Amino acid sequence: MPTPDIGNAESAAMEPAARHAGLQEQFEDAGQQRSAAELGMWIFLATELLFFGGLFTLYIIYREIHFEEFKQGSHLLEAGFGLAMTALLVTSSFTMAMAVRSAQIGKRKPLVAFLLVTMLFGGAFLGLKFTEYHVKWTEQLVPGLRFSPGGERLQGARWQGVEMFMCFYFFMTGLHALHMIVGIGLLGVLAILSCKGRYTEGHFTPIENAGLYWHFVDIVWLFLFPLLYLVRGA
Amino acid sequence: MSTAAIAPELPRESRMHYLNANFGIKSWLFTTDHKRIALLYLGSITLMFFIGGFGALLMRIHLLAPEGWLMSPETYNKMFTMHGVVMVWFFLIPSIPTTLGNFLVPMMIGARDLAFPKLNLLSWYLFIAGAVVALAALIAGGVDTGWTFYTPLSTLYLTTHVLSTATGIFIAGFSSILTGLNFIVTIHKMRAPGMTWYRLPLFIWSLYATSIIFVLATPVLAITLLLIGVERILHVGIFDPALGGDPILFQHLFWFYSHPAVYIMILPGMGVVSELVTCFSRKRSFGYTLIAYASLAIAMLGFLVWGHHMFVSGQSAYDALIFSLLSFAIAVPSAVKVFNWTATLYKGSISYQAPMLYALGFIGLFTMGGLTGLFLASLAVDVHVHDTYFVIAHFHYIMVGGAVMAYLGGIHFWWPKITGRMYPDVWARLAALIVFAGFNLTFFPQFVLGYLGMPRRYAMYPPEFHWLNVLSTAGASILAVGYVAPLVYLIWSIRYGPPAGANPWKASGLEWEESPSPPPTENFETIPIVSKEAYHYAEGIRAHP
Repeated sequence: MPTPDIGNAESAAMEPAARHAGLQEQFEDAGQQRSAAELGMWIFLATELLFFGGLFTLYIIYREIHFEEFKQGSHLLEAGFGLAMTALLVTSSFTMAMAVRSAQIGKRKPLVAFLLVTMLFGGAFLGLKFTEYHVKWTEQLVPGLRFSPGGERLQGARWQGVEMFMCFYFFMTGLHALHMIVGIGLLGVLAILSCKGRYTEGHFTPIENAGLYWHFVDIVWLFLFPLLYLVRGA
Repeated sequence: MSTAAIAPELPRESRMHYLNANFGIKSWLFTTDHKRIALLYLGSITLMFFIGGFGALLMRIHLLAPEGWLMSPETYNKMFTMHGVVMVWFFLIPSIPTTLGNFLVPMMIGARDLAFPKLNLLSWYLFIAGAVVALAALIAGGVDTGWTFYTPLSTLYLTTHVLSTATGIFIAGFSSILTGLNFIVTIHKMRAPGMTWYRLPLFIWSLYATSIIFVLATPVLAITLLLIGVERILHVGIFDPALGGDPILFQHLFWFYSHPAVYIMILPGMGVVSELVTCFSRKRSFGYTLIAYASLAIAMLGFLVWGHHMFVSGQSAYDALIFSLLSFAIAVPSAVKVFNWTATLYKGSISYQAPMLYALGFIGLFTMGGLTGLFLASLAVDVHVHDTYFVIAHFHYIMVGGAVMAYLGGIHFWWPKITGRMYPDVWARLAALIVFAGFNLTFFPQFVLGYLGMPRRYAMYPPEFHWLNVLSTAGASILAVGYVAPLVYLIWSIRYGPPAGANPWKASGLEWEESPSPPPTENFETIPIVSKEAYHYAEGIRAHP
């Protein structure tokens, strides 16, 4: 009987059993892994904040320089669109929070369901967004590509300032939409993994982190909405 | 006799370590071992260093004659742009953090790896992708904006490969962000039992400060480069005054990243010097906490001084005044470090091994670079020397005399740990002296040239500046010898160097005391329990008897 082999096989089987299945080898215990992943996510969000921060700074400065034109540009957007999208996103944040809660208490079915619902709201947001882009395209309000506004709404405005406003509108909401697409993809992967039972009461950090990301993207929109759609005077 | 020579080799070679744990190209390209990734980085950035350095040498040769004789002015413009882009983004910024940092952060704090090993590998791939894109742009015809990409030159007037170069930098930026993120989390969460914040080596403090800049400044560069792309592709006027934009805003955003980036380059070097000075004078670091806090202060203040690049760009006089004041303020933590290193040397048992020569060179050259920085922070003096060779000399004293000296010193110090082999000490000392002499001969004349009024970025100059330029070019050729020499003897030592042993310098620190050279894949047999301060040197015992 090959006794030494059995001994090896036993100790090899023992060792991973001593560590949690999802525990990576560089970590000593699950608590360390979890707090590292959380801190990593918060730092990532800080970089995102600076990423958008540069844009917000430029927007605010140009708004000061081209005050009238930016006001005029803002009137070219339908606040109704913005309001509907805001409602969708805020609701999606609620369902996301519910998904995280379901993961924490280890309820698999509600977790998958809430993830899917969140994706659905996110998808609806993107649908509205691209409808709005399409409307701007037909109104010939896409800077650089198709910008020849002829209507009387633009009378008296230096069209450059308005074009710049539209430029910021497309760039900022476009970048935000890109983050939404990434977020929906991420939730899709997590939904599949949750279905397979990857996440348990003791191991749900990826869901929490996805939640942090989703709320962050949501909060960016909560600043974009008033800046672009609402702050425009009479 | 031959058997006697081989016999002691056998047990050493049979020990498993990270270099012989597995073999083949895949074991390197898919590795998540921080030590192997450090070596991947080391190879890549060494290549970039010599590409960028070759460009610099060609420029110096061109400037041997007042009318410039080697290349056309257009090529010269592309050459200094290439030199700047390659050296800043593909050598200096990643240099110490990605090589020594990657190798040493887990080892110094007593961890088995960084917190996110896969992210670490990803950051190397991003770096390579960025480097390939940027180099392809340079080979395809190059770009002539200068490394600063000022608008509207970069967006309106040039038809060169601005977009692809910027794309390369954009991609490499994410590599920086991921490295910084990984370091911050690792230093917070992965320290061994007993490794309190105030027992951390000062190298770790400096990398922590550097990482803060990585994650907070780089995204702003990313968004700025994106906007350049949008403006070039769609011909909209974000920075174009003719279309209602403001080109100065580009400079604000650019320097909001690029000034802190200067501290990305120098802070890790300061950390290396703290390690070298303590080891080779066998003393605790004088003012440990002050040096640690000075790193953080530099990282914070570094975000508040970007306006000093724009004293003559038309910002308001009040802005300029405040930025000038803040630029003076950031000299304080830098000086705190220099004084503390000097005080550490005082009454130390100093030995002049090659790494120490680099460290002493660093202290002198960094002081020169720092003090001339004060000239430039003074509004009136800056107007006189702005955009002259004075500025070139100033920042090369920091970047080359400071950062590159520290990088080489660090590589020489930890080479025995990384490879398990010693290099020939005589050659290394000689190379350090050659670098020091060549560097000063190259750049000191440029202070004089700049003060006399020779502008930077010109392919030719008036004849009265001739002899100083000849001196500078002579220095550059000496410097080149000093840089090629380590490449030769360090590579030689991998195969032929004598075994180093775990701690050839008798240095303090977990990487020396608790792990053999080269370290095993998991760094430590068991995670060490730390009970001592950093730099617990018994005074009076030299690094080498």
